[in-house]
Amino acid sequence: MILTLTKLEKMNNDIILSRIQEHFSSDVISSEVNFDILTLEISASKSYEIIEFLKNDEILDCSFLTLLGGVHYPEDLNREFAIVYHLHSWRKDFRLRLKVFVPAENPSVRSIVKIYNGANWMERETFDFFGIIFEGHPNLKRILNMDDMDYFPMRKEYALEDATREDKDDRFFGRSSN
Amino acid sequence: MQLEKIKTIDFLEDHLINMSNMKEENIALSSTLNNSEESTPKFKEVTHESRESLEKILSDVAESNTNSEVTHEKSDSKETIDGKYATINFGPTHPATHGIFQNILKVDGEKIISSEQTVGYIHRAFEKLAERRPYNQITPITDRLNYCSSPINNMGWHMTVEKLIGVEIPKRVQYMRVIIMELARIADHLICNSVIGVDTGALTSFFYPFSEREKIYELYEEVCGARLTTNIGRIGGFERDFTPTFHEKLKNFLRTFPKAFEEFNSMLERNRIFMDRTKGAGPISAERALNYSFTGPNLRAAGVDYDVRVMQPYSSYEDFDFIIPVGVNGDTYDRFMVRQEEVRQSIKIIEQAYKNLPQGDYKADLPEFYLPPKEDVYNNMEALIYHFKIVMGETEIPAGEVYHSVEGGNGELGFYLISDGGRTPYRLQFRRPCFIYYQAYPEMITGMTISDAVLTLSSMNVIAGELDA
Repeated sequence: MILTLTKLEKMNNDIILSRIQEHFSSDVISSEVNFDILTLEISASKSYEIIEFLKNDEILDCSFLTLLGGVHYPEDLNREFAIVYHLHSWRKDFRLRLKVFVPAENPSVRSIVKIYNGANWMERETFDFFGIIFEGHPNLKRILNMDDMDYFPMRKEYALEDATREDKDDRFFGRSSN
Repeated sequence: MQLEKIKTIDFLEDHLINMSNMKEENIALSSTLNNSEESTPKFKEVTHESRESLEKILSDVAESNTNSEVTHEKSDSKETIDGKYATINFGPTHPATHGIFQNILKVDGEKIISSEQTVGYIHRAFEKLAERRPYNQITPITDRLNYCSSPINNMGWHMTVEKLIGVEIPKRVQYMRVIIMELARIADHLICNSVIGVDTGALTSFFYPFSEREKIYELYEEVCGARLTTNIGRIGGFERDFTPTFHEKLKNFLRTFPKAFEEFNSMLERNRIFMDRTKGAGPISAERALNYSFTGPNLRAAGVDYDVRVMQPYSSYEDFDFIIPVGVNGDTYDRFMVRQEEVRQSIKIIEQAYKNLPQGDYKADLPEFYLPPKEDVYNNMEALIYHFKIVMGETEIPAGEVYHSVEGGNGELGFYLISDGGRTPYRLQFRRPCFIYYQAYPEMITGMTISDAVLTLSSMNVIAGELDA
């Protein structure tokens, strides 16, 4: 089978947004355009349904999951962890970034392995480094780190270098220290 | 003595299962059975019961082959091995893995029933490291992702930062980058394809292209002084213009390489032994490849013509005329053929870029990021200030989020960069194509033989450095 990717029409960001809001009006919390990519913040409870809709919708047709990962914002209360999905619609030639924020007490979101098989290891990696739980994942365990590791190294509270060192204080990195 | 005999006949039965598996002919099975009975009449008779259990195993194996997806899911959980199957370790340090990956294979004779992968042996925490480094110090990290084509990674990173800063890059720099990136693609594909030769038993096809690859490394040396981990170029352009020696060596390379490459190609392309070994080994359909987020030559071999250079052109790729080769079956032979054709297309791109290389500066006007030349630092106050600021990592960068991707040696290499305006990235995530497509490996090799698993691994071009980050 040979698929040919023909660029039918350049999708407008407004069309994408209104199409999603038609079906999930209350679950799109905010939207912005970062450089060339439309970024939507969606609610954690409906993230699975929205991504499933994006994949199967004929107009949007986001058939490809480019990237899945986590970000830690320790200062944002009750939305400490972000799970960032990068979707790509090849036929309509646009990228879409979805963000789901979850609190640190219960950092969990529904797994999308059933929609995109490629998410399997990316979710495992996110769990490995941030401790975000993906509910319904077939095999959620550490992937790059040791199995008996007892912390999640990409969280901001784990400094890369010796915390007693003074020459590499966070203040010198343009940020206030935690 | 009795025990030993039973063991022998058990072994024989196992052997027969394999044979019948391969041929799926009961006639052959019964005739072999009869033969063995005649030659060794002392062995216990094959009763109806033992035959039934044999049938059961056969149907089990057939079932597990058809539901390869299910087997893969099961294989992730810790299963006890029940003596019927052998478990072997393919890796982590095995000459045929070409890197450090462990594959625990459950095999029935030569046939792979299921497999489980362990990765992360050379994990070096690049994403964490990047959160503590100024932007220009992250380039050496990218070298060590896919080290077979590090210039592409370097350029991808430079372009990501340039996108965040929003700087206009001179046309000459873009063309120079295209030349270097396509040279890197050729080097990457040459390694991968010659290694397929080694795994099929042809060592000549491994040594022969390496003399050509050496010429590419000499070209890198002329530009940046390094060979493998190149750290080539800077944010904003190159550290120096192409030298006269580079021009000479590039012209020489463009003249001699196509001939040598066709000679290498003729060694394998229509070679009967090579074709028999690689055709049908480790296939994947276009739908499954898409679902597994495949990119690069592996996806194109499955028949999808996705290429970042064409879909979202960067660095003036829209100026060049080239085609995207696609395969049909997505097997090892198709992956080999797609890479071979891509090497020819890369040569075509380099020729076009070199012929039309625009006049102009080899760097953008970007004093906050581009390290000034040493003479200026000693004689010019402004250059001294910028030199100090860059070295101390005190450059201003806008806050924002940017995703930029380039067509790497083995797929879409992406950089997701979140900047909060500080001197280091707040978060940097690499989209590492190897990591994403290697998870399809168990599905691709289930039902294949061990030797096919070796071929599939090398033809997928899995690079340990990129996989483990």
